[in-house]
Amino acid sequence: MWYRNLILFLILFSLVPVAAQEDGDETTTLTLLTHDSFDLPPALLAEFAEETGIELRILRAGDTGTLITQAILSANDPLGDLLFGVDNTFLSRALAADLFLPYVSDRLAEIDPRFWLEDEERVTPIDYGDVCLNYDRAYFAEHQLAIPETLLDLTKAEYAGLLVVQNPATSSPGLAFLLATVAVFGVESGYNYLDFWQDLAENDVRITEGWTAAYFGEFTAGSETGTRPLVVSYASSPPFTVDEETGEAATGSIVAPDTCFRQVEYVGILRGTENEVQAQRFVDFMLSRAFQEALPDSMYVFPVHPGAALPAAFSEHAQIPAEPVVISAAEIAAGRQEWTQAWLELMLR
Amino acid sequence: MFLRVPLFYWVVFFLYPLLAIVGLSFLSEGQLDFTAFQRIISRAYYRERLLFTFGQAALSTLLTLLLALPAAQVMATYDFRGKTVLLALATLPFVLPTVVVAAAFKALLGDLGLVNRWLMHVLPLTEHPLPFERSLALILVTHVFYNYAIALHILSGYWRTQSMRVEEAARSLGCSPWRLWLQVRLPLLRPALFSAAALIFVFCFTSFGVVLLLGDVQHATLEVAIYRQVNIDLPTAAALSLTQSGLLFLLVWLHSRWSQADLHTPALQSSTSRTRPPQNTLEKIWLRTHVAIATVLVGAPLLALGWRSLSHAAGPLTPEHYINLTQIHQGSLLFVSPLTTIANSLRFALITTCFAVILGTMAAYWLAQRRKKRRRFPHLQHALFMMPLTTSAVTLGFGFTVVFASASTPEWFRALRGSVILIPILHTLVAFPFVLRCVYPALKAIAPSLREAAATLGAAPAQRWFRLELPLLSHGLFIGAIFAFVLSLGEFGASIFVIRPQQPTLPIAIFRLLSQPQPANFGMALALSVILLAICAAAFASLNLLRNSAPGEIRW
Repeated sequence: MWYRNLILFLILFSLVPVAAQEDGDETTTLTLLTHDSFDLPPALLAEFAEETGIELRILRAGDTGTLITQAILSANDPLGDLLFGVDNTFLSRALAADLFLPYVSDRLAEIDPRFWLEDEERVTPIDYGDVCLNYDRAYFAEHQLAIPETLLDLTKAEYAGLLVVQNPATSSPGLAFLLATVAVFGVESGYNYLDFWQDLAENDVRITEGWTAAYFGEFTAGSETGTRPLVVSYASSPPFTVDEETGEAATGSIVAPDTCFRQVEYVGILRGTENEVQAQRFVDFMLSRAFQEALPDSMYVFPVHPGAALPAAFSEHAQIPAEPVVISAAEIAAGRQEWTQAWLELMLR
Repeated sequence: MFLRVPLFYWVVFFLYPLLAIVGLSFLSEGQLDFTAFQRIISRAYYRERLLFTFGQAALSTLLTLLLALPAAQVMATYDFRGKTVLLALATLPFVLPTVVVAAAFKALLGDLGLVNRWLMHVLPLTEHPLPFERSLALILVTHVFYNYAIALHILSGYWRTQSMRVEEAARSLGCSPWRLWLQVRLPLLRPALFSAAALIFVFCFTSFGVVLLLGDVQHATLEVAIYRQVNIDLPTAAALSLTQSGLLFLLVWLHSRWSQADLHTPALQSSTSRTRPPQNTLEKIWLRTHVAIATVLVGAPLLALGWRSLSHAAGPLTPEHYINLTQIHQGSLLFVSPLTTIANSLRFALITTCFAVILGTMAAYWLAQRRKKRRRFPHLQHALFMMPLTTSAVTLGFGFTVVFASASTPEWFRALRGSVILIPILHTLVAFPFVLRCVYPALKAIAPSLREAAATLGAAPAQRWFRLELPLLSHGLFIGAIFAFVLSLGEFGASIFVIRPQQPTLPIAIFRLLSQPQPANFGMALALSVILLAICAAAFASLNLLRNSAPGEIRW
């Protein structure tokens, strides 16, 4: 007899919580769909909740590529109310899938006009960062190695086995770095980007799925078990490696011309949301001084608001490359898939 | 009509996604288009994926057989203490979810694993000495771990049915041990060897979770290649998926032919009890060696998993990783606390079990009815229902992805995307054939005279079913339900395609935590793995309830 009771209990258990979960709660909760690297001080979100009565929940869906794929596959029944973290490398894919509702924040006028998108009201720029090579200062000093100055330097024998990059199919800095190589070496015959990558492969480059795995898993200055002193990361990463006693950064970024790619991250309100007005208020909040000033410390990126003050470590140790590579949004939209696939077919063998 | 529900289910959730994959790989905007196939034929990358898939499967099969063959001889020949325990232990890997096994091997041999930690402590070193993490060797060892039990069971089972006389004759004629193996034992065992090899090959051919979690980015089976393509180009992924399914069906067909043709040939002369204790020192050493290999192979990864889930870098044992599971903080990787994923998984597994039991029973009745009518192709429907089992998990999940991504998908199907029953629907595809397999023989075994007698005595149809048939089927239903439950709990390859990030299952949570490099995430992944392992083991242990009761005795 205990058997029947057990089975009845199990069936009830399996059904009741589902029903409860579907009901949801009454207060407005916004769900922000984003990538794994997203982080913010909880105090800031508490402040927003106090001001507006809107609570924000953060839903991390994986690396940026995975995030966009997930969002596209559930376009009709969105996984959240807003999506933050789509950048200029993946933007064309998200826009082609028509994921976002148009919204132009009043505060857009306050931000640096360089980041405005022409004729595009569906996404709002929030931050930018330059994807650059980072190096472990101690390693290069100890081995008396010169810092590479161009991308082509990376194919030299003295840098064999030193570099770790990310898979551009899943990682956004990975894609940014691939785009930098496309811009620098071109796709035409002669020595093109694939030839360069072929040489990198022969120079024993290591590939990881995402930034976290590369920086905290393989980079000598980011991980105890790391073995690679060169990593594709951000120009804004070194401030996070500053030793409190000496005031010196353990890493540096290479900001030489034609080695960096400027990434702008956008937020969009997901089509199908039931909280459009509240989502718009959060977009406004993301452009506020308080939010913009919190960006560098929590996400290693620069604010798009020119009035936002930078933390001391940032102004001291983060370098902004003068000449990042230039590649237009239209070119990215036309070539991204082909380049990524060609890269995959060449490098993941 | 009512009994056709499983068939509708099969058409909608299995055939339709499969056809969507076929359509996507051959059609582009309504036109025949072979671009995707041309691509996978012309680029070396895809050929190498195929070669890698075959290569690693062949190597894994060979290694497994090399280890299991002498062990099978030991099991078939000798009596020794702890034999039953060892056999039970060796069966355990087969029911373990792939993510748990991957986590266990990372805990044993990975950079942060037990062996490396210990060597660093003993030797003293500053860096981990064994570079097993992300190596092909780690993938192979894990495959051996998984399939060792299958090989052992098939080989030793077959061995026991063979007569000892041939062997004894060879020995008394002065045959050396080498010639005994090569010219007597192996030829005798050939059918069992073929059957085991084909089965193991199929399992390794479709390996997904193990390769994804333990291999380097360059190590990709076809399954992993499909998964990577989904972020880039769906038609190429579809063409790969179709190629993979075609090869898999071919392999399964070969396996079923081999095992049907040969395994059932009657043995020369079978004797029931001829195991004996080892007689001389040499035999004792031989026996102990293989018992030790089996124990270490199966025991070490599981012990390492348990141990590492309770330990930090070097310090004493601590439940810290388990405590971390209850927390959800702002910076955490998962949307929910890891503990919630346990509730998610249990809920999905229970719904799957209900679905699978209902559909499996209906399918069994439907097949039994059709059998009576003596239709043509009596085996066809059976084979159709078994197809989801022989289709790779990745293809099943990817099929759903394709359906959701297609503009021509009906609205009600799309609505499933946001529904909690999506995962149970997917899991039921592989779970209900199991229930069918367990229930169908029991149903066939009910003598018609029993039903007739009940009817003559005035039992109404409903009464007849509840009081007569259900008790007779309950044994099979219970086994089928447990299998459905455990299958759903551990399912990874299909779920990863359709899972909603706010409702991760246990295996998905373990996968995401394991892919992060930080030790804290690694610890949590191991703790979750131990919990998943415990639930699976408990479910299987409940099968022992059946042991003391004859079929039909369990009352509902």
